[in-house]
Amino acid sequence: METETGIFDESALVAKAREGDAAAYSELVHRYSRKIYRLAKHITQNDEDAEDVLQETFLKGFEHLGDFHGQSKFYTWIVRIAVNESLMKLRKRKADRTVPLDEPLDTGEDTVVREIAVWDEDPEQQYSREELGNILDEAVQSLRPVFRTVFVLRDIEELSTEETAEALGISVPAVKSRLLRARLQLREKLTRFFKRKGDDVFAYL
Amino acid sequence: MLTCKEFLQELNDYLDDVVDVQLRNRIEAHITECPNCFVILDTTKRTIQVYKGMQPQTLPEDVHARLIRAVERKLSGRKPSVG
Ligand SMILES: [Zn+2]
Repeated sequence: METETGIFDESALVAKAREGDAAAYSELVHRYSRKIYRLAKHITQNDEDAEDVLQETFLKGFEHLGDFHGQSKFYTWIVRIAVNESLMKLRKRKADRTVPLDEPLDTGEDTVVREIAVWDEDPEQQYSREELGNILDEAVQSLRPVFRTVFVLRDIEELSTEETAEALGISVPAVKSRLLRARLQLREKLTRFFKRKGDDVFAYL
Repeated sequence: MLTCKEFLQELNDYLDDVVDVQLRNRIEAHITECPNCFVILDTTKRTIQVYKGMQPQTLPEDVHARLIRAVERKLSGRKPSVG
């Protein structure tokens, strides 16, 4: 069966997919597979897990399409499935650890700014694309999963604060406070690479 | 005048452009007088920009092929349950 998906807007696609139109669902998969894979890789930090998450997300998405009523965007809905699958993978990998993945310990330390230095005019130019990619990836990897997940959804996938809250099943204020910590921690990590050479780095409380 | 701590608390909303004019003015007044916070604002803004400009993760061909196969297998099986 040939579906001219180009002419359908997304809600029409979703409606067709719910009726069992394979071509319509395939089009949705096609639209979002790359983003879902990127998201899964950022959260799980692992190729194999990311692929599992990718498949599970779209298989579960199809199974549960009946639960999607179109009050949010399809993308937000499928992201929520992907986030849950990714967090489950993380939990499995870290089953031996006692640190909970969803509740940050509020020590207040994460918003203490320790390093302040002016950055180079164009610091990205000093690194190859590959080096830069590694620096950015490693900085994200070093974040705790609760902060990483919010950062990935808000600043990489560019979901709104409300969509992020919905996808993670947490409150808007929780998204905001986690995002602030994530951004500040990344800023600090990148400062080590991007600061203007020759400047003294000073610390304050 | 805003303290540095208050500035930090408002930083996100300022960066996401969801503060009212009054607060915006107070934040901007703070950073003209506080070089540390100016640098924090500038480098945080650039941190976000550098991530937004990141190359999108490509979906490796074999991963894509396996996804399509898995989805096709599923779709040929049955309709989604409409509940
Ligand atoms: Zn200040």
